Amino acid sequence: MLDQTEGYTTADGRKIGGVVMEMKNITLRFGGVVAIKDISFDIREGEIRAIIGPNGAGKSSMLNVISGFYNPQEGEVWYRGSKRPPMKPYQVAQQGIARTFQNIALFEGMTVLDNVMTGRLTKMDANVFRQAIWKGRAEKEEVENREKAERVIDFLEIQHIRKTPVSRLPYGLKKRVELARALVSEPSLLLLDEPMAGMNVEEKEDMSRFILDVNDEFGTTIALIEHDMGVVMDLSDRVVVMDYGKKIGDGTPDEVRNNQDVIDAYLGVAHD
Amino acid sequence: MPEQLLFAMEVTLNGLMAGVMYALVALGFVLIFKASGIFNFAQGVMALFAAMTFVGIQNGQVPFSHLINAIFGTKIHYFGWELHSMVAILLTVVVMIAMAWAVQRFIFRHLVGQEPIILFMATIGLAYLLEGIADLMWGAEIKKLDVCLTDQTCLPQGINLAIDETTFNLFGYGFFIDNLDITATIVAIILVAILVAFSQYTKQGRAMRAVADDHQAALSVGVSLNYIWILVWSVAGFVALVAGIMWGAKSGVQFSLSLIALKALPVLMLGGFTSIPGAIVGGLIIGVGEKLFEFAIGPMIGGATENWFAYVLALIFLVFRPQGLFGEKIIERV
Repeated sequence: MLDQTEGYTTADGRKIGGVVMEMKNITLRFGGVVAIKDISFDIREGEIRAIIGPNGAGKSSMLNVISGFYNPQEGEVWYRGSKRPPMKPYQVAQQGIARTFQNIALFEGMTVLDNVMTGRLTKMDANVFRQAIWKGRAEKEEVENREKAERVIDFLEIQHIRKTPVSRLPYGLKKRVELARALVSEPSLLLLDEPMAGMNVEEKEDMSRFILDVNDEFGTTIALIEHDMGVVMDLSDRVVVMDYGKKIGDGTPDEVRNNQDVIDAYLGVAHD
Repeated sequence: MPEQLLFAMEVTLNGLMAGVMYALVALGFVLIFKASGIFNFAQGVMALFAAMTFVGIQNGQVPFSHLINAIFGTKIHYFGWELHSMVAILLTVVVMIAMAWAVQRFIFRHLVGQEPIILFMATIGLAYLLEGIADLMWGAEIKKLDVCLTDQTCLPQGINLAIDETTFNLFGYGFFIDNLDITATIVAIILVAILVAFSQYTKQGRAMRAVADDHQAALSVGVSLNYIWILVWSVAGFVALVAGIMWGAKSGVQFSLSLIALKALPVLMLGGFTSIPGAIVGGLIIGVGEKLFEFAIGPMIGGATENWFAYVLALIFLVFRPQGLFGEKIIERV
């Protein structure tokens, strides 16, 4: 059992801090269907936390609970040391939790740069008149936001498509633009919903590299959902395994890999 | 220069001015369509409602006076004040914002995620509702609208917004231009500048474009859909107020004012439903087009071409360029 306040050191020597987000006994129902049943786990400062499980296990539902798209019927969400009341997704985003979507939700009509700039919306405070005439504080903010956006664009190697409308981009690049938009808001928790779904091996490797680099460079805490066991085991520090809405495993990749319940869930059990 | 050519120039000039008036109405449509995908059939009635509210507040009319009198047997009609038109404009803006809130709270919040055609039907309902409320609130009689723009007495001395002369000389020819049209043009330019600055450079404008594009994505970057929709309807209400005042000053505040929405339709088909500059250019083309057509072809086919010219032009555009001159190209990926 991990200590609540102090962190731990990973196998590759990174220091992981205290608890950023804690889910306590979360239960989520849709009518009679129980999508998530009594699940508890935590996410710690600076770690890459994965949620895995077979199809329909409730992984995406869990991410939607964290990002406020669903509010659970039972259980508590604790964020940065205080209990979070039921919230709308935009309020969660304003608190510093950014996310990407499984089916990509970008502003198709805007350019890549404009898309990334929308990630800075929560960071703009100058009043509307200042902004309209582009003077004083608004100007300073705009310059700063633009610098941050360009830096993230550079970092994710999408400079060459900065001015391209998103609707013209191939799938893999769209995923990267979405990551850029989430990243530019300097989130204290970054949620990635199947960042590698539908990608070929090469694209998957690229994306894995970016996720590791983001975590390394910006110290961003990341929670991600993934199907591909191999990728998850390489990327993440700790893994939650879900099956049929229940948590069946939680620990380092090695611990999870040797967990009998997890093996049964993924490979099936012989009924004899 | 030959008389005929100079007259054509005058016609063109007047057409441009008329086009500005059409564009003012079309702008309101574009704003709401861009930000929420709703084709707001009620935009014309909103202009009517705004103009009536403005005149009512300015003249100190008691809202719902007929209703109050009928129920309580009283005989109140006026508060007995005359408000400065700037104060009346500010108060009307407040009323339009309240209307925006109510429209969002009681109608469109319950229709989130519905088909565009259902939202469109809802705006038709809204148009009739708003017309009824306007009637009940301010009465159905035709009212005269006085703003600083048409009546100079309310401005400080020495400032003259409109040009007094309605004719000016050029090449020895007396050009006739309506004062009000000149004012409308100036107001339209200012309005468009404000709208463009607002939608291009401010956080709220960016958020509006984000909401228009993708609801889920907008939520994930911290934009409240509810707030943005109220904002959009408020801005559209403000544009409706400007259009209502201009048209009201031109032809009196009466219920037929709501029909200006029909004139905005061909403008939108020409300019595209999603482009602010498109609304302006579309308005100007229709304005000039119908005046010049009446001048050149009208006499040959018995006149009154202004009534149908805009719609025929719009039809031709629908066949050859359905997205309009400036609209976003409609591409469906399969």
